[in-house]
Amino acid sequence: MKPILEVKDLNVSFEVYGGEVQAVRGVNFSVGEGEAVAIVGESGSGKSVTAQTIMRLIPTPPGNIKSGSVLFDGQDLLSLSEREMQKVRGNKIGMIFQDPMTSLNPTMTVGAQIIEGLMKHEKLSRSAARTRAIELLSMVGIPNPESRIKQYPHHFSGGMRQRVMIAIALACNPSLLIADEPTTALDVTIQAQILRLMKDLQQKTKTSIILITHDLGIVADVCDRVIVMYAGQIVETGTKWEIFRNPQHPYTKGLLRSLPRLDQRKGEPLVPIFGTPPDLIQPPKGCGFCSRCDEAMRICETDVPAPTSLSDTQTVRCWLQHPLAKSPNMAEGKGASV
Amino acid sequence: MQQEIQANVSGVGPERFEPLKRNSAGSEKVVRKSRTAWQDIRHRLTTNKLAMFGLILMVVIALFAIFAPLFSHYNYFANDLDNVSAAPSFTHWFGTDDLGRDMYVRTWKGAQVSLFVGLVAALIDLVIGIVYGGIMGYFGGKVDEIMNRFAEILYAIPYLLVVILLLVIMPPSLTTIIVAMSITGWINMAWIVRGEIMRLKNQEYALASKALGAGSMRIIFRHLIPNAMGPILVTLTLTVPSAMFTEAFLSFLGLGVQSPVASWGTMINDGVKAMTVYPWRVLFPALFLSLTMFAFNVFGDGLRDAFDPKLKQ
Amino acid sequence: MSQAFVEVQGLRKFFDLGNKRVLKAVNDISFSIRKGETLGLVGESGCGKSTASRTIIRLYEPTAGQVLLDGTDVTKLSKAKMKAYRRKMQMIFQDPYASLNPRMTILDIVGEALDIHGLAGSLTERKRKVEELLEMVGLNAEHASRYPHEFSGGQRQRIGITRALAVKPEFLILDEPISALDVSIQAQIINLMIDLQKKMNLTYLFVAHDLSMVKYMSDRVAVMYLGKIVEMAPSEELYANPQHPYTQALLSAIPVPDPDLEAKKERIVLSGDLPSPLNPPSGCPFRTRCPAAMPQCAEKMPEFKETKPGHGVACHLHN
Repeated sequence: MKPILEVKDLNVSFEVYGGEVQAVRGVNFSVGEGEAVAIVGESGSGKSVTAQTIMRLIPTPPGNIKSGSVLFDGQDLLSLSEREMQKVRGNKIGMIFQDPMTSLNPTMTVGAQIIEGLMKHEKLSRSAARTRAIELLSMVGIPNPESRIKQYPHHFSGGMRQRVMIAIALACNPSLLIADEPTTALDVTIQAQILRLMKDLQQKTKTSIILITHDLGIVADVCDRVIVMYAGQIVETGTKWEIFRNPQHPYTKGLLRSLPRLDQRKGEPLVPIFGTPPDLIQPPKGCGFCSRCDEAMRICETDVPAPTSLSDTQTVRCWLQHPLAKSPNMAEGKGASV
Repeated sequence: MQQEIQANVSGVGPERFEPLKRNSAGSEKVVRKSRTAWQDIRHRLTTNKLAMFGLILMVVIALFAIFAPLFSHYNYFANDLDNVSAAPSFTHWFGTDDLGRDMYVRTWKGAQVSLFVGLVAALIDLVIGIVYGGIMGYFGGKVDEIMNRFAEILYAIPYLLVVILLLVIMPPSLTTIIVAMSITGWINMAWIVRGEIMRLKNQEYALASKALGAGSMRIIFRHLIPNAMGPILVTLTLTVPSAMFTEAFLSFLGLGVQSPVASWGTMINDGVKAMTVYPWRVLFPALFLSLTMFAFNVFGDGLRDAFDPKLKQ
Repeated sequence: MSQAFVEVQGLRKFFDLGNKRVLKAVNDISFSIRKGETLGLVGESGCGKSTASRTIIRLYEPTAGQVLLDGTDVTKLSKAKMKAYRRKMQMIFQDPYASLNPRMTILDIVGEALDIHGLAGSLTERKRKVEELLEMVGLNAEHASRYPHEFSGGQRQRIGITRALAVKPEFLILDEPISALDVSIQAQIINLMIDLQKKMNLTYLFVAHDLSMVKYMSDRVAVMYLGKIVEMAPSEELYANPQHPYTQALLSAIPVPDPDLEAKKERIVLSGDLPSPLNPPSGCPFRTRCPAAMPQCAEKMPEFKETKPGHGVACHLHN
């Protein structure tokens, strides 16, 4: 699969009172053509900052892209001027945000907001753009698009607005769609509608998707490949089967164990991850998860583990993969308990 | 290949792969001692140069008002008829007035009166405004409607009319001026407080306190008012100069303090009559009145920006 | 079922929005909870579950209906008597960032509960009690002198729990206590709640939209839709055998962290949005989105009836 997006050695920080928050610390990944990749992590893991950096939406200052490159179709987005970037945004890369209540302009009709992008990027005439906007709205499942196009965002419910956002994001046939927690603000039944819509559209248009989420359930539903982030770093990547069936990083394992499942009985306790994530003003010297890991070793406190490939698709950054960590007395202990 | 990279880490030996020993139970650490909202505000305020300049100016003027009259060998009421309307000189730094009284001492004595009026009026507004606005905002509904209507009616009465009516029953004095200003001055503060309380009263900490059985007064004064302190302080800071100006204005009309006590307003009133011949008699009180109002206003603006930062990350 | 500790009967809470518009947020709900039991109350935003919980604890005055706590109707109590009953029931709030007063130390936040009910004789006793409570929820005594902003979300939620426990309540309403927390922290709080329930024989009303957590926590579950309870059953029974079309759709909509189950699952995707509670549909509130709607659904609201002992549903399909 030819990669459409390659993120290399990305480091992003934010200037705050009291220091510099190192939000993204050396992130590498790629997204193939037509592939749906999920970036999973908790708040503060750096997943949203990564997505916003790809779109160059990080305000600088206080943000600071310290190093790295984002190759999209062979072009480094981080070296483009703001003017050139505007041609990429909404045209070649579409984005959907978390809160459909604030991501639409309340003073413009829904139609005008879709038509604007089409006229700018696709150089369509107003009437052609209008016809296309109606097509798009009906494609994302909005009933009576001819009349809805003249309405303002406050006439739309949350789910309907998110559909409009998807229509806007897909208006110019982008080759990549970045969805940042697209269903977090929505109810379960509406979430199911939006996820189904995204899946259908992806199959139809073959757009690559980066889905940012904290919900492992959504990942299992929508994506092919999963990237797990913690404390600004990627700790594990793999296909969704590898991640759910054979997780190797203690954080991934812990995350899966701490979720109740519908087939779980009340007697079986949940296994929480103790403690809280580290402060990224002073990121830990070694592994970011060390302070909460119940399999931590002395080396984890001092050295950052390098990625270990377990298969063509699965990579994990953990010292437990080191041959010396796999001495017999260890392997029989905690490592085998999952 | 990946494994090789790991093996190259300096000093990797088997002993470093021993498990860490620690007691995980109950190891809740406080994440970080981050800034409180107040520290944030102080930081923004102290980095605002204009606001700091205003603050320093306020302090300097206040210090002069308190100490300058004490350390001068003139006093504010002693006439010196040989030295009437003298120009500023080394003996009389700001000159003298039409009765030969030292303008330097009188200017700072006037500052005492003006600052006193400004602060007292602002404090009265604060107390009435918080109580009235707090009750309006917290109880809402009918209570709010009736109390708000009353405030609106009071607000609609022309201010000068109130003062003139009041002077019918009270002699012109400082007290009269303060009473006159307080009759309607608190309304603005009450509305600010009302808005804040309405915004805050459905915050979960207020509900939690209610669920614990706390009474309305405890919720208003222990939980809501402390969290509304920002806008209240800003309003308070901006009330002081407007009260000082009103005092000067009323004194200028002859409704304020009576001679020999001076305020900046009465001094300007006296000085204006001979402005073309003896300009210093109006210049100094007018200059310091303007400086003081400027200082309070820029500080108040700075305070407002500090509480409501547009660029907060 | 006889020894119900909490009994809600015909509870209604309407908000008058002026212009003759009335928001029927909670429209005639009834349920009971036994001592030591957990009842889950689920539904989507706008279904009235939060309003219901706040009305039960009398943060809102009910429009109609009764809330019996240990046999006493708390909705009719005078202010003074109500204060005593506040000690018996407490609430844990959703947002740990909004539920602690940022201007107060932890000692004062938790101590306020003791002050209001005069439970601490002296300042030293107050401090000692607060510290004991903090340790009970897994925090340290030295945390008492700190301010809320110094704590993480999960730690703040523990403080919220401490405050509620300070008055030694018997009945706790948990209003979405974990929905603002990160996944890895949620399990910490849930385990703590279960521990405390066992230790103190607490009775819980667990309000949430996360069905997998509700199932895990609760003995019985009630499903709300537009101000009504549409189905109520023991949690295993509800998940194994949902009868109301809304419950079925809700259960199938939960994304499961298991790619094989997800691939196999036949998902019922409801069309349309939740109707406005200001202008609810006639008859059954769910009929506008129901895949099995019949003509009679528009005419009258189905009665809530037990189809099996302990399993009730309000749907014409089952009457």
